[in-house]
Amino acid sequence: MLQGLWNSRIPCVSVILFAVGFSTLLLHRNLLKKIIGLNIMDTATYLFLTSIGYIQGRTAPILADGITDAKCYVNPLPAGLVLTGIVVSVSVTALMLALTVRLYQRYHTLDLDEIYMAARREENREDRT
Amino acid sequence: MKRSDLKSWLKTWDAGEFDFTAEMGKTEPEKEHPGSASEHPWKRRPVNRLEEGEIWAFRRIYPVAAALLCAVMIGFLLLTVEKLPPFGRADNPAHNQVMERYVEKGMEETGAVNAVAGVILDYRAFDTLGESHVLYTAATAVFILLLSLRGQKEPEAEKRIMQMDPLLRSTARIVVPLVIVYGIYGILNGHLGPGGGFSGGAVIGGGLILYATAFGFEKLEKLLNLRTFRIIVLCALCFYSGAKCYSFFCGANHLQTIFTTGVPGRIFSAGLILPLNVAVGIVVACTMYGFYSVFQRGRI
Amino acid sequence: MDLFELCLLGLLVVCGISTCLSRNLLAALVIFMAYSVIMSIVWVLLQAPDLAITEAAVGAGVSSVLLFLTLKKIRDIRKKDQDEKK
Repeated sequence: MLQGLWNSRIPCVSVILFAVGFSTLLLHRNLLKKIIGLNIMDTATYLFLTSIGYIQGRTAPILADGITDAKCYVNPLPAGLVLTGIVVSVSVTALMLALTVRLYQRYHTLDLDEIYMAARREENREDRT
Repeated sequence: MKRSDLKSWLKTWDAGEFDFTAEMGKTEPEKEHPGSASEHPWKRRPVNRLEEGEIWAFRRIYPVAAALLCAVMIGFLLLTVEKLPPFGRADNPAHNQVMERYVEKGMEETGAVNAVAGVILDYRAFDTLGESHVLYTAATAVFILLLSLRGQKEPEAEKRIMQMDPLLRSTARIVVPLVIVYGIYGILNGHLGPGGGFSGGAVIGGGLILYATAFGFEKLEKLLNLRTFRIIVLCALCFYSGAKCYSFFCGANHLQTIFTTGVPGRIFSAGLILPLNVAVGIVVACTMYGFYSVFQRGRI
Repeated sequence: MDLFELCLLGLLVVCGISTCLSRNLLAALVIFMAYSVIMSIVWVLLQAPDLAITEAAVGAGVSSVLLFLTLKKIRDIRKKDQDEKK
């Protein structure tokens, strides 16, 4: 088993990073830390997908010199899919950061628990009046 | 770790969420706060006994819970990885006839030397179309959230300090042209080598951000304000949609168009890939700069 | 080559974990930037140069800059609050 894990060390690293990012996202209270955790999860997933497309001893799929033999190049499909994903992840990050700034302006804290309690409190006050 | 903490934490965990509504009713009614709205009554006050109970227990247990969750997840995922096909072998199930087709027929059918560009801008161009619209939608949402913050002018002193910084300015004077030229090269060369609309556009966006940081927004504002941003990005997106419409209307059977695949390896080849790369690059560069500008000073 | 790859993978894990553990937000952001750069080098090793360029520009450049700007904005708001309190 250890031999198998050693042979596929890049997928192993990617799942370790995925778990680290996931536990940060789930259990950290600071919103900025949560966003960083989500970013780490993103890149870990992309690393895993790219490692699926990699083939030992072959070069990048740039068909130079007119060689169009499939046995010379790595798989171009995961790279194409991940490329769009990276740019989407930065736009998602920007959207989350904008929401964080607005939340800080409203509640003056980055702590999710405090924001949650303050929001509940406001709701209660509105109900009573 | 005390046992009572653990028990109370488990109780709230079991309930699914931290429900404060029941406790809220028991607290005494809040006094009305006269005065400014900027005063925040919920700050620096003992909220209720819940905060000292479950929340505190949760905070104390957080490192343990995080480490535990992380370890369990790593264990399960490593077991799965060990069962996957071995890494980097040519006979893995991921490398099937789709990949062979893309590599062997790709240059003939799309004219692109870079197989990745051929895949994302010709075979799977609708994917990229939706993705550029996602970018535009995200930019719009960020503008809605942050453009409305009036009276958030950047402090004049800080602005001056940043622009007086000689190190930043003299470095930027050398680096910015190189970065932007490299980005343009990446976009125009996207079908011939590594690069393309996404990476080239992101590089150009980074160059614009560096320029704005070093020399201020005044000169860039004439070139790229909200009005021109809208026009440029909408034109690029409409061009992309229009250029791919023909394949939509003829049921994905590509009819003969004026854009032929040309001679692979020349800069004007590969049919629509070069113009589509330019359109995507414009969208990405404008969006990146727009994000920066809106975050920095609340307007573009 | 193998040693280089191992060093990169080890640094990747160290950077990821220390980003999540560091208490200072600014330090966490700087480590996250380093993480993105290392990730782009790993992608060069995995024969995906398109991804490497994009990640170096987007991950280490734009999204880190956005995170820094958010931090700055939050500090501005906090400072304004303290001034008003006085």
